[in-house]
Amino acid sequence: MKRLLPVIALATACNVASADQLTAVSFGGAYGAAQQKHMLDPFMEETGHKILFENYSGGIAEIKAQVESGNILWDVIDVEVIDLERACSEGLLEVIDHDSLPPGDDGTPAAKDFSEAALANECGVGNIVWTVLYAFNNDTIKGGQPSSIADLFDTKKYPGKRALRKRPQVNLEWALIADGVPKEQVYEVLETDEGQARAFAKLATIADDIVWFDSWSQAPQLLNDGGAVMVQSANGRIFDAIQSEGKPFEMVWDAHLYDLDVWAIVKGTKKKDLAMEFIRFATGSKPLSGMPEVAYGPTRNSSYAYVDKAVIPKLPSSHLDEGLKASGDFWADYGESLGEKFNEWLLK
Amino acid sequence: MNNNSLSVEEILESKRLLNRKKRLLLLFTLPLLVFIFITFISPIATMLYRSVYHPTVSQLIPLSLAELKNWDEAGDALPPSAALQQFAIELQDLSKQRLSGKLAEEVNRLKPGSSSLIKSSARKLKKTTLEELQENGDSVLLSYSKKWHNIDLWRAVKRAGQPFTDSYYLTTFDLKRNPAGEIEQRDTQIYLKLYWKSLKIAIYITLLTALLAYPLAYYLATAPSKIANRLMVLVLLPFWTSLLVRTTSWIAILQTNGVLNSSLQSLGLIDEPFELLYTQAATIIAMTHILLPFMILPLYSVMKNIDPSYLRAALSLGARPIPAFIKIYLPMTVPGVSAGALLVFIISIGYYITPAIVGGTDGQMISNIIAFHMQSSNNWELAAALGSLLLALIIALYWIYDRLVGVNNIKLG
Repeated sequence: MKRLLPVIALATACNVASADQLTAVSFGGAYGAAQQKHMLDPFMEETGHKILFENYSGGIAEIKAQVESGNILWDVIDVEVIDLERACSEGLLEVIDHDSLPPGDDGTPAAKDFSEAALANECGVGNIVWTVLYAFNNDTIKGGQPSSIADLFDTKKYPGKRALRKRPQVNLEWALIADGVPKEQVYEVLETDEGQARAFAKLATIADDIVWFDSWSQAPQLLNDGGAVMVQSANGRIFDAIQSEGKPFEMVWDAHLYDLDVWAIVKGTKKKDLAMEFIRFATGSKPLSGMPEVAYGPTRNSSYAYVDKAVIPKLPSSHLDEGLKASGDFWADYGESLGEKFNEWLLK
Repeated sequence: MNNNSLSVEEILESKRLLNRKKRLLLLFTLPLLVFIFITFISPIATMLYRSVYHPTVSQLIPLSLAELKNWDEAGDALPPSAALQQFAIELQDLSKQRLSGKLAEEVNRLKPGSSSLIKSSARKLKKTTLEELQENGDSVLLSYSKKWHNIDLWRAVKRAGQPFTDSYYLTTFDLKRNPAGEIEQRDTQIYLKLYWKSLKIAIYITLLTALLAYPLAYYLATAPSKIANRLMVLVLLPFWTSLLVRTTSWIAILQTNGVLNSSLQSLGLIDEPFELLYTQAATIIAMTHILLPFMILPLYSVMKNIDPSYLRAALSLGARPIPAFIKIYLPMTVPGVSAGALLVFIISIGYYITPAIVGGTDGQMISNIIAFHMQSSNNWELAAALGSLLLALIIALYWIYDRLVGVNNIKLG
């Protein structure tokens, strides 16, 4: 028995530790590192709880599989708003009590401190504003500096390959805008068969000059190795390439499609309270203010007090007027049918 | 005289012993059988089942579907108001249980654009009272949006409510049912083209690997064993390297300013770099490289066992080298070619990772669209149907192959 005691003690200790262990899931890369540094590490230090940090590539397939099988492996997840709407209304996420969020460091109550979109959905709390824009390489671009979405579609004036992510999202919106549809009417037009045909027709005008890629990590690489002279990219990737690697890239903010990432809780997790505690902490003014390190804008106004003034103009939140909010509703409606049409179009 | 033969009891006893041994042997294979059942047979069975049986909607709105049963969907009248009212009540209930999104997704699949309609109406219904809906739920619902007046939407609701359906299989053939129940072409024609393309790419890869592997395997089989063993390590080396690493290294080679283009340019052979990466050619090149060992190994083991004296005999009897090769050597290697070709073909037709990484636009195969339906559109039923059809296609090809070549003719070693 004496020999067994330490074993038992160890086993109980493990049990206690695992009871306070949380699994958080996000997108990895520089963004994940920033979250680790500004949200997870301080939280673990302050509370003594342990957080396992895992990566995924978005979408709701894995969440759906976990909830349907009742085998919940993830507790807290970073979700794109485009998926949030769908996951929430399918009952895959817990409802979050927004009233329990702490006020900003300057005392502003949470409801006023957060941007409106950050608390628009009952299942999530806004984390960052990020955006999809296009960038060009100063060394390889010919014909001057492009400045608008129309320039992206102008292969005569700016010859060379354009790298776009292989999916209908963003590309169809940009095609319509380049074809002269006002930003605020884009989704209205894209709902109609004629509007969809028009978008594909516009895309077809540059089809021979498009290089398609699958993941955001390829975007800066294509721009760097000469695979393309302009690339569509998540803004953080380009910012990182300019900032930390000194690449001669330049971002074009015209008609960028911005969206939010939110923290949410997977339905049915046994650690809901701890998950909620983490979200309250992670969406506080200070942790959020670390996100601009990777060029994503914090969703709390009070966070900007901590942000380097030189960085602020490079955040999507400073360019909202030029941009367009990606519509989660629209893509929940037409994501699948346009996805099929897009693949059909690619096969032609 | 019967002193040496066994009595009846003894025969029975020995049979019993034999049976016990057999049972014991079976017991040894039991872990494998259980493993195969859990990891192979049951997932395939689930997939087949899922592609035809889909009860989600019929569980979500059973009462409305019962009301809709007698509604003539081929006509041009809205469903009876009792059905609309029931639907409003059930949608309100779903909204409270936070399940309206499920219904929205299912109906949206048959009628794109209805997801946001159902979800927004569900949100509004949450704020009304049950009494109000029992009073005039139909007009409340119809007042929310003019889209509720669209008969196509109700047809979609009714069709989504069928628990057993062939619609996913129709979709895989680019077909659909019109409101009258007749089968017609879908507006989007994609899946048959993709199957055909995957088939073509798989055939190209099989031919290429065979062409590349045959001389090499011949050399390996005839070279002195010291050299052959060293070269064999080179053949096996790719097997020990991660698939992802091998695929990504092709990006480095094929990209616009990559190894291949820059060496060709510095040699002065070309002025403008070739566009290779993210094309069908890239998929074929990279997959040929990755699958090459699967062709070399069976070929090598068959060739190794061919007695070189046959060929020598043919030559010494006066045959010219080429006819001797075609008539004597080639037929003896057919089992190896068959085995390699079948392996490479079946592996390549469902290949996913390489086309996804280097394939770009025109290098996509059917597996990539299956992944799209699993991961992005969440249409697991359609993904299951597409997967089942791929399985059926492979079995059919295997059957044809058996007819033409004979499966007994395969030799892996």
